[in-house]
Amino acid sequence: MGGKARALAVDAALGGLVAAAMALPMLGVRLEDGATGLSLGGRFDWVLWAAGIVAGGRLLIGALRLTLAGRGPSLPAPPRALITYVGWAMVAFALILPFLPFAGRNMVDKATLVLIYVMLGWGLNIVVGLAGLLDLGFVAFYAVGAYSYALLSQTFGLSFWLCLPLAGMLAAGFGLVLGFPVLRLRGDYIAIVTMGLGEIIRVVLQNWQDVTGGPNGISGIERPSFFGLSFKMVPPEGSRGFAEFFGLDYSADHRVIFLYFLILALALLTNLFTLRIRRLPVGRAWEALREDEIACRSLGINPTTVKLSAFATGAMFAGFAGSFFATRQGFISPESFTFHESAVILAIVVLGGMGSQIGIVLAALLLVGLPEWFRELQQFRMLAFGGAMVLIMLWKPSGLLSTREPAIRLKDAP
Amino acid sequence: MSEALLDVEHVTMRFGGLFAVNDLSFSARPQEITAVIGPNGAGKTTLFNCITGFYKPQVGRITLNHPSGPLLLERLDDYTITRKAGVARTFQNIRLFARMSVLENLIVAQHTRLMAASAFSLAGLLGLSRYAQAEAQAVERARHWLDKVGLTAFADEEAGSLPYGHQRRLEIARAMCTGPVLLCLDEPAAGLNPRESAELNRLLLDIRAENGIGLLLIEHDMSVVMEISDHIVVLDYGRKIAEGAPTAIKADPAVIRAYLGEPDEEEAG
Ligand SMILES: Nc1ncnc2c1ncn2[C@@H]1O[C@H](COP(=O)(O)OP(=O)(O)OP(=O)(O)O)[C@@H](O)[C@H]1O
Ligand SMILES: [Mg+2]
Repeated sequence: MGGKARALAVDAALGGLVAAAMALPMLGVRLEDGATGLSLGGRFDWVLWAAGIVAGGRLLIGALRLTLAGRGPSLPAPPRALITYVGWAMVAFALILPFLPFAGRNMVDKATLVLIYVMLGWGLNIVVGLAGLLDLGFVAFYAVGAYSYALLSQTFGLSFWLCLPLAGMLAAGFGLVLGFPVLRLRGDYIAIVTMGLGEIIRVVLQNWQDVTGGPNGISGIERPSFFGLSFKMVPPEGSRGFAEFFGLDYSADHRVIFLYFLILALALLTNLFTLRIRRLPVGRAWEALREDEIACRSLGINPTTVKLSAFATGAMFAGFAGSFFATRQGFISPESFTFHESAVILAIVVLGGMGSQIGIVLAALLLVGLPEWFRELQQFRMLAFGGAMVLIMLWKPSGLLSTREPAIRLKDAP
Repeated sequence: MSEALLDVEHVTMRFGGLFAVNDLSFSARPQEITAVIGPNGAGKTTLFNCITGFYKPQVGRITLNHPSGPLLLERLDDYTITRKAGVARTFQNIRLFARMSVLENLIVAQHTRLMAASAFSLAGLLGLSRYAQAEAQAVERARHWLDKVGLTAFADEEAGSLPYGHQRRLEIARAMCTGPVLLCLDEPAAGLNPRESAELNRLLLDIRAENGIGLLLIEHDMSVVMEISDHIVVLDYGRKIAEGAPTAIKADPAVIRAYLGEPDEEEAG
């Protein structure tokens, strides 16, 4: 025991030293705007604090590891039935959320944002979680969907409901095109190339001034209507307002709630699709491809079509989400589609536990919802975000919910 | 004498300067077990990779006399060889879909048939009965093979969590689920204990008898080879050094030399 304690202390001291070395240039020196101009000042107490916190943290983690070691996994895998119940409970809660007394407009708006990421996570999950293709450029398809809707609706005056499938199809088409270059690649190489392709799309959007409006983006995008009923205070010529039609008082909340239900429906559609496709040959082939490509080929499965179908399907759902994003914001620009978005979506999938639908919801709540609700923390928000991720990865290295349920069981089979 | 199922003619597979398979010719007949034996590095796995399309030999021709007409395998892609020519294989180091269940492994193997039945999954997505029927058939076939290899009790377990011997048998069952006319097994007895090895012999004889297909078998375990094979091809340094019935091979001086090693002349002298 004594040896272990010493090792722990050494480890903590080393951690503290490294932290001090890193903190010295970053925290220890600051520019001071004095009467005689700029001068360098010291802030060495901060460096000590940083070193102390890191050393203490290492000590704590090490001690926890020692005491928890040999006790096996902290949580047993939740039973199948429980996961299903939790899933239904979550859907039920999502359905009544806007009508709950404590849910103001602000909350519904934030829930909408979380749902966008849930949908993106579920879409990327098809590519990463099921097919095992590490796609770091997913946001490109989200952008294609958003710009497709914006351009189609502004150029041809098409309605949201017509543009939605078109945008999905266009994004899927881009998925096919971008899928080709990565067909022969594996693992990390796929990640690097998709990351590059994602950035290329963003750069094109940024520079193709005539079509995409360049860095200024596209504004004045048509907002969605409820079967032709407008949510505007003053409905445009020849159409009726939602509130007027249903005999309600006009309220800006109607649109917010409508958008919420719209994304909820789209997200649930994505989920339903995934649950269903896992039981179908294409979905099974995706999972088999993730497990072993060579074995797939030995069973007559063409890996090219399997990969492309995964890319295209994932892209299609990103395209839907993109259209929704455009109609919700009314304004889009390349700023919204940076690599950071891809990273967040991937983090949601990985944190949720590759392939777990409910895990992705939890991860989206954690990664998108929490930071939104804790805006008061200001600059410490990202620190808390990073800290939370580190904790989760320590606690559950394979994601929040990582047990995989077979899509078919002999017991239940006909 | 019936027509050959598989004709390998003058096949050469080079890796740089290394002739892994060198001007090899032999045939395998339907309803027979043809064993390919030889010391480590003799080129057995490379030969399998050529037959199943994973490698393209630089020289030679590989013909499969499929019931629906002869096919030149060296011109087909690996996945079409399974699909069209009905050649299935297992791997020297097991390649299961480890995180999928045993049953799912067997259903993935029936991908081609299920894809056709579900109109590329669209019919299934819409919940049409045609797909449900095809799936039920696939489960039935899987059940049959689970029963044959004695893994029914493990059907819903993760394939990767099975003991080694079970994994070997599952891989054979999976290959059989593709409905092959030729089954290629790369060292199926490797790592098995004597009891499992005896079970494997019975399974292979059973497959040959019941399905009337040809088997191509790479094996180091001589007890397996001598007991069940009808015909043996011996490779050494990529060349065929002997071919014939088990009894003849056992007594062949060239084979004995290859396995025991030639006496080193310098040391001997
Ligand atoms: N992809 C490859 N690239 C280069 N050399 C290879 C490749 N595959 C096989 N070889 C070489 O070809 C020779 C034959 O290998 P092969 O795997 O066919 O032997 P084997 O008879 O299956 O041996 P074992 O009994 O050990 O499985 C070996 O020398 C091997 O190193
Ligand atoms: Mg080998």
